[in-house]
Amino acid sequence: MKFSNLLAAAVVFASGFVFAAGGGDLEHANINVHDKASLQRGASLYVNYCLGCHSMQYMRYNRLVRDLDLSEEQVEQFMLYGEQEVSDYLLNTMDGDQAEEWFGITPPDLTLSARSRGADWIYTYLKSFYLTDSGWNNTVLPNASMPHVLWELQGVQRATTESHTDDEGIEHVEVVGLELDRPGVLSSAEYDAHMRDLVAFMRYAAEPAVLERERLGIWVLLFLVVFTLLAWMLYHEFWKDVK
Amino acid sequence: MAKPASNLSKNVQAVGAWVDERLPVSKTWREHLTEYYAPKNFNFWYFFGSLALLVLVNQLVTGIFLTMFYTPDAQSAFGSVEYIMRDVEWGWLIRYMHSTGASFFFIVVYLHMFRALLYGSYRKPRELIWILGVFIFLVLMAEAFMGYVLPWGQMSYWGAQVIISLFGAVPYIGEGLVEWIRGDYLISGATLGRFFALHVIALPLALLLLVVLHLVALHEVGSNNPDGIEIKKNKDARGRPLDGIPFHPYYTVKDLFGVGVFAILFAFVLFYAPEMGGLFLEPDNFVPADPLVTPEHIVPVWYFTPYYAMLRAVPDKFFGVVVMGAAIFVLFFLPWLDRSRVRSIRYKGWPSKIMLALFVVGFIRLGMLALGEGTPAQTLESRIWTVYYFAFFAFMPFVTRMEKTKPEPERVTK
Repeated sequence: MKFSNLLAAAVVFASGFVFAAGGGDLEHANINVHDKASLQRGASLYVNYCLGCHSMQYMRYNRLVRDLDLSEEQVEQFMLYGEQEVSDYLLNTMDGDQAEEWFGITPPDLTLSARSRGADWIYTYLKSFYLTDSGWNNTVLPNASMPHVLWELQGVQRATTESHTDDEGIEHVEVVGLELDRPGVLSSAEYDAHMRDLVAFMRYAAEPAVLERERLGIWVLLFLVVFTLLAWMLYHEFWKDVK
Repeated sequence: MAKPASNLSKNVQAVGAWVDERLPVSKTWREHLTEYYAPKNFNFWYFFGSLALLVLVNQLVTGIFLTMFYTPDAQSAFGSVEYIMRDVEWGWLIRYMHSTGASFFFIVVYLHMFRALLYGSYRKPRELIWILGVFIFLVLMAEAFMGYVLPWGQMSYWGAQVIISLFGAVPYIGEGLVEWIRGDYLISGATLGRFFALHVIALPLALLLLVVLHLVALHEVGSNNPDGIEIKKNKDARGRPLDGIPFHPYYTVKDLFGVGVFAILFAFVLFYAPEMGGLFLEPDNFVPADPLVTPEHIVPVWYFTPYYAMLRAVPDKFFGVVVMGAAIFVLFFLPWLDRSRVRSIRYKGWPSKIMLALFVVGFIRLGMLALGEGTPAQTLESRIWTVYYFAFFAFMPFVTRMEKTKPEPERVTK
C-alpha cells in the first residue's frame, strides 16, 4: 500500500466520527429567497405584525424597492407611516422604556436573527406558541417574553403534557405536543405557508446580498471552469518537452 | 510596417538596459524565475506554496478596501460591517473574499506544512526555510485572531476574552500583562483600536517581511522534491541540474492551473456557503458584542481548534497554556528531530509512515473535539491525542534513526 492510500484512509477514518447533532428538533423552514412573491408577502407580514416591536436597524425601505420588485409608491402607501421616508431604516416607533415595562425586555432588533438563530429556528419558534393559564409560552424558547402576536392567524394551541415522578418523588410536567384548541383565520397549511414567507423575508433581510450572490455565483464558476480548462491546456502544451 | 515596430522594440530595450544598469530587474527575474531550476517531479502537494502567496495578496487587497469603510470603534464597528455588507457597492463581495480568504489561508498553510512533513523539506540545508515558515504560521495566527475581533460580534468579543485571559496564566506578571494587552480592565474599544492597528499595519508588515525571507532562503538552497534527493548533484555541461526545469514558464503555467482549481473551490464557498455551516462565520458573531451576556459555547474559529482542544485537555490552566505553546514551539526543532538517512516519506520505513498518518488523524480529531461539548469521553480522547502529538516529536529521533529505510534513487522519479 502506498503512503498516499494510507493517508487517505486515515483522514476518512478521522472525519468519520460525527458528533450527535444538538439543537433539538427544528422543523425545516424550506424557504426560497429567490421567490419574489414569497418575499413580498413576508415583508408585508413583517411590517404588519412584527415591526411594531422589532426594528430592523440595518435594513432600508428603499432596499425593498430595489430587491423585491416593489414601487416606491407601494412602499410609501403600505409600509411607511408618519414622517418616514423610503431611505429610512425599518425602525419601530415603540419607546424602549415602555417596552421594557410591558414585556420585561426591550424586543430585540431582528435584522440578523435569521443568521444568528437560523431560518429553521425562527420557523419552528413561530409555530410553537401555546396558551397556558398564565399566558403565552413557547416550546422552542420556554418562558419567552413575547406573546403570540399571530394567534388570530394560527388560532390557539394548547400543550399536551405528561407528568412523571422522579426518584426523589418530585413531579415533572413535560410538554409532549401541541394541539389546536381554537382554529384561527388560516388553516394549518396556510399558516405554515405564511410563516415560510415571513422567514424567507427575514433570511433575505439578514443578508440582502444573498440574492445577487447566488445569482452571480454560477457565472463566476462557469468563467473559472473555462479559465481552468485553458490553463490546463497551456500547462500540457508547455510540459510536452519535459521528459 | 516592420521598421517602426523594430524601432519601438529597440527603444524598449534601451530603456530596459538603462534601468538594469541602475536596478537589477532582469537579473532578479532570471535568478528567481527563468533561471531558477526547480525539480521537475513536483506533485499535488507543491501547489500550496504559490497558493498561499495568492491568498496573501487577496487578503491585502481586499483588506485595503475594507479599511476604507470599517470603523474601529466599539459603538459602530458592528454596524460598519453591516454597512459594508449592504450599502457599499460590492462591499459584500470584498468582505466575503476577505473572510473566506482567512479560512482558506489556513487550509493552504496547513497543507503546505504537511508537505514539508511528508518529504522532509525542513532537513538540512533547509532548516531556516522551515523556521521562517513557523514564524509565518505564528504571525498568521495572531493576524487571524485580531482580524476576527474586528467585526465586534459576540464571538469576536468572547473569543478575545478567552484568548487574552490565557496570558493571565503567566506567573507573577499575568494580571498586569492581561491588562496591558487589553488596554483596559475588560475587553473594550481600547482593545479594538489596538487590534485594528496591529491587524492592518504591524502584522501584515511582519508577514510580508517573513514571506520575502522565506522565499529568498528557498531560492538560495533550491527546492526539495517528493523524492527528497538533491537535484544539484547531477548537472549538465552548463551547470544546470539535469532534473531541474526553469520555474518560469514551467511552474508558472502549472501553478496557473492550480490557481484555477483553487479559485473554483474558493468561489463555490464564497458564493454558496460563505458561512460554511457556521465554521467560517459563526452564527453568534451576527449578534453585536455584549459584555453582559456570555454565549453558551465559546469556540474559537476552526483553524485554532486543534490547539484549543489541547488547552482544554489539561485540567490546570497554567499548564494548559504551556502545553498549547509547546505544541507550536516544538515545530522549531523539527529539523533536528528527524535523523533519518532519507528525507522523503517514500523511502522511510513503516514506523515513520504510521506515525505520520496517526499524527494527521490526531490533529483532525483534536480540531473536531474542540467543537464538542467536552464530555468525559471527548476529554479523554483529547488527552490521548495531545499526548500523541508530543510523542510524535519525542520519538522521532529514535524511530527515524532505527527504522529500516529504502535506498534513495540517483535521479528523481515520476
